[in-house]
Amino acid sequence: MKKFHVTTTVNGDAVEYLCDPRETLLDCLRDKLNLTGAKEGCGTGDCGACSVTVDGRLVCSCLMLGVEAEGKQIETVEGIADGDILHPLQKKMIEYAALQCGICTPGILVAAKSLLEKNPNPTEEETRYWLAGNLCRCTGYDKIIRAVMDTAAEMREAS
Amino acid sequence: MDYHSPASFAEASALAANATGITRFLAGGTDVLVQLRSELVTPDTLIDIKKINGVRDITRNADGSWTLGIAATGAEMSEHPELGRDWPGVVEAMDLIGSTQVQGRATPTGNLCNGSPAADSVPAMVAAGVTVTVTGRDGTREVAVEDIPTGPGKTSLAKGELISAVNIPARGENGGDAYLRFIPRTEMDIAVVGVGVNLRLDGDTITEARVSLGAVAPTVLLVEDCAKAIIGSTLDDASMEALAAAASAACNPIDDKRGTIAFRTEVAGVLAKRAAKIAYARAKGEDA
Repeated sequence: MKKFHVTTTVNGDAVEYLCDPRETLLDCLRDKLNLTGAKEGCGTGDCGACSVTVDGRLVCSCLMLGVEAEGKQIETVEGIADGDILHPLQKKMIEYAALQCGICTPGILVAAKSLLEKNPNPTEEETRYWLAGNLCRCTGYDKIIRAVMDTAAEMREAS
Repeated sequence: MDYHSPASFAEASALAANATGITRFLAGGTDVLVQLRSELVTPDTLIDIKKINGVRDITRNADGSWTLGIAATGAEMSEHPELGRDWPGVVEAMDLIGSTQVQGRATPTGNLCNGSPAADSVPAMVAAGVTVTVTGRDGTREVAVEDIPTGPGKTSLAKGELISAVNIPARGENGGDAYLRFIPRTEMDIAVVGVGVNLRLDGDTITEARVSLGAVAPTVLLVEDCAKAIIGSTLDDASMEALAAAASAACNPIDDKRGTIAFRTEVAGVLAKRAAKIAYARAKGEDA
């Protein structure tokens, strides 16, 4: 099987890897770049645990091939905090105890960050629809939604 | 699996024509990768058509018609400042598919080529009179969207052929379109019934109409009897009842866990009336 050499940018760093064309971007992030924040929940685009952004667009990394990442700008949950300083969303998720098992949390953080970049003042309904592709089986979503809404309010005040 | 990313549709067509085994074209990949992952379809040849110039473009042409690149996504269609004003039904239908993440990748061309009878964007495109440009070994041809699917998972595209553009007609004056679907949830589900309606008015009277049904037959249907039921009317109660009856009569659905034959047949009529009302209001320039 011919392997493809891919050069791409992840969280601002130039990276390269060799991949089989059947491997997904999620496989490449986790197994070749050791970025294990993105999780494989379903592998079929239903659960959102593998959410990343590609050229600023929120996608499931399980629904994209590793070879397709050539020349793209990819952002993962590993790039959300600034060193040891947590992103406001991460702080609020902790404050609101908006996670239990934590498997969905990286995807929720990436998706919520993407929402707030696009819309700094979302309604609760907009937030719920935006995050509808991120399944959480622990929290019942309420704490997640409240954490995101409160983060949005705080970030609006700060800016 | 061989992976190719050709620079032109002619090259993509030649690759597919000369390939052996199973060939798939990759645009958004929201069906192709799921099928690959679930081992339903493992292509021998995968042709990524996103590196062809202009495939993400959404262009309004000089005559008011629109050309969508085959890799323009649902999210890009929804974010476009003008497309949804001309064709709100087409944009809303595409926007109903999947999550935010899926919208970032999924394309109407892929939705069409996947051949699902329940594809949400397809009845809306059929109602709107959308055509696709098909590139093959002998050049290109223009095909109506309703002539692409031939059965669940099957299309009329021959070996070596692929869709290279989506052509949406000019909206023109006094026209409106709408798409509605029934699902048992509020979001992220597959249509049990879908209805697209597109019409044009002269004053209060409907002069042109196209009505399309999804998920009630092996392919998306263009139902002429539905159009006949409302053309010449002001969408009064009698024509609405005739529309509903024609929609129900056109149904040839399956019975499955998501909806019985009786349910789908009944709901097709109900949704046809509701979608026609929205399209009519839009044609009048009202918010709907």
